Amino acid sequence: MTLRPFRIILVLVTSLIPLALIAVLVFLARYSWPALTFNGWHFLVGHTWSLGNLYANPVKQRGVLVPIGANYGILVFIVGTLLTSAIALVIAIPVSLGVAIFLAEGLRSRLRIPLSFVVEMLAAVPSVVYGLWGYAVLTPLVAHTLGPGLRAVLGFVPFFAGPIGSGYGLLAASIVLALMVVPIIAATVRDALARVPAETKEAAYALGATHFEVVRRAMLPAVRTNIIGACILGLGRALGETMAVLMVSGGALNYFPGNIYSPITTMASFIVSQLDSAMQDPTGMAVRSLAEIALILFIISVITNIIARLLTGTSRNASPV
Amino acid sequence: MPHPFKLSRIARRKGLSGLGWVLAAVSFVLVAAPLLDILYTVIRKGLSALSFTLFTHVTNGISGGLLNAITGTLALVFGALVFAAPVGILAGIYLSEFGRGRFGRSVRFLDDVLAGVPSIVLGYFSYVTLVIGMGWQFSVLAGSLTLAIMVVPYIARFTEISFLQVPNSLREAGYALGFRELTVITRIALPLALPGIMTGVLFAIAIALGETAPLIYTAGWSNFLWNGKLIHEPIGYLTYVIWSFINQPYRSAHALAFAAAFLVIVMVLLVNIGLSIILRRTRPMGPGQQR
Repeated sequence: MTLRPFRIILVLVTSLIPLALIAVLVFLARYSWPALTFNGWHFLVGHTWSLGNLYANPVKQRGVLVPIGANYGILVFIVGTLLTSAIALVIAIPVSLGVAIFLAEGLRSRLRIPLSFVVEMLAAVPSVVYGLWGYAVLTPLVAHTLGPGLRAVLGFVPFFAGPIGSGYGLLAASIVLALMVVPIIAATVRDALARVPAETKEAAYALGATHFEVVRRAMLPAVRTNIIGACILGLGRALGETMAVLMVSGGALNYFPGNIYSPITTMASFIVSQLDSAMQDPTGMAVRSLAEIALILFIISVITNIIARLLTGTSRNASPV
Repeated sequence: MPHPFKLSRIARRKGLSGLGWVLAAVSFVLVAAPLLDILYTVIRKGLSALSFTLFTHVTNGISGGLLNAITGTLALVFGALVFAAPVGILAGIYLSEFGRGRFGRSVRFLDDVLAGVPSIVLGYFSYVTLVIGMGWQFSVLAGSLTLAIMVVPYIARFTEISFLQVPNSLREAGYALGFRELTVITRIALPLALPGIMTGVLFAIAIALGETAPLIYTAGWSNFLWNGKLIHEPIGYLTYVIWSFINQPYRSAHALAFAAAFLVIVMVLLVNIGLSIILRRTRPMGPGQQR
């Protein structure tokens, strides 16, 4: 067997990618281990995040040094993450399907490219710019127009009733997230629709279907798994989104949202917002507990991505983006 | 009387179809309008905040210029490419040329998974390992490496796809002439795949330019110009200005935030326009073959 230095280099460099993933898992787990043992399951079901008394001498609890009264429970942030992502998907899925149908079938080809650029730009806008827009435009809009409007229409449902507040909160965060998720779902579904075999469409036309019925009855069912996969991909994006949510969510700590206008915090945005105060903790337990949140987010995102990729097939079949 | 009934059924189907198209168009407007408003808001407020001092002065508290942030962003993005481009391109070459086995398949899969890991998780990973663990503190190197891990999957993916689009007959012709594997890949496939690789790199630049969350944990923030030290020295960047200064209750801080957003958006737009130009130019070669 001949030695092929070129191939060996390629294999070594290529293995850096899986190694990076493994390293993230291992080092986050190792670093957060004291927090894992101290917090136990309480971490997931407790709803109070308190750094404890940082000025008193730390005490030894469950084998690790922690500040007196320290309590790390992230249920509020889990709820915030799930609610924002769920509402974002409820908004984004029908809109994305509409956009995908519009771009794939509703346009003559001359318009298709420039209008597709809108979706590409939507994906290219950095998350912090979404946050800036949310801060400057969306939250006032939610406070003065969208919120009151929604309450007037759906106010009989308790979740939509009650005080609207400043506009920072669940609704604003969900709308921003929806905007960020739409390009992911729309682009995937559009590409899948473009790959539906002509025979499928022609068969439907031959049965007398209108153009829209062809899309609705023949093409959409044909790409069903792609749609589900794309939605899960979008969910993964929404669960991990940080800056935009941080800037419009109002940053609630230690209480659950009362209605759709309440301030909330997600796991990802909490990690950023807490860095400064966590570093004040001389025992380091707060920083380790944040690492535990990152670890949980990592595991969630890996699982959602695996499911999404299994459903859509690997991205090599579609366009790279 | 079957006739009127039948007619109305057709009319109803046509009506519903029309409604379907209207809904599809409306949903497009629903996403296009916010995008236009984002661009409009950022450009209007950014332009009014734009001045010459932005490019000549460093940030001074919550006023001054953005020179430190502009150069910092460029340094971080360049640093990310230094790590990510070689790794991504070589990995992409491996995946396309030799990646049909189990190892290749699993790397391809994990590459996709890595692309889906939230940036804040990668940022925290770097914070734990590089900033604290290695003792680098907030630094250019920690920030660049984090961005590199984020963008490597995209460069690998674009590279693989563009290599797959090179017709196999060309490779076979090379082998028939007695070329070695390395020569076939670098002399025959690489020139043809170059535009695709470029799009991957541009895409990576666009992502790295706009990233914020992981940098807060790895690059920190600095009011001063970067002094060239790779570690132990925090660095400023534009996205930090957007996030942090908009929360300050001062007009000058808001102006800086919008100016920074304007600069980021302009850079991202330019990169994206470059992307679509390359993509369009290379299309004729592409879609039919092995996509």
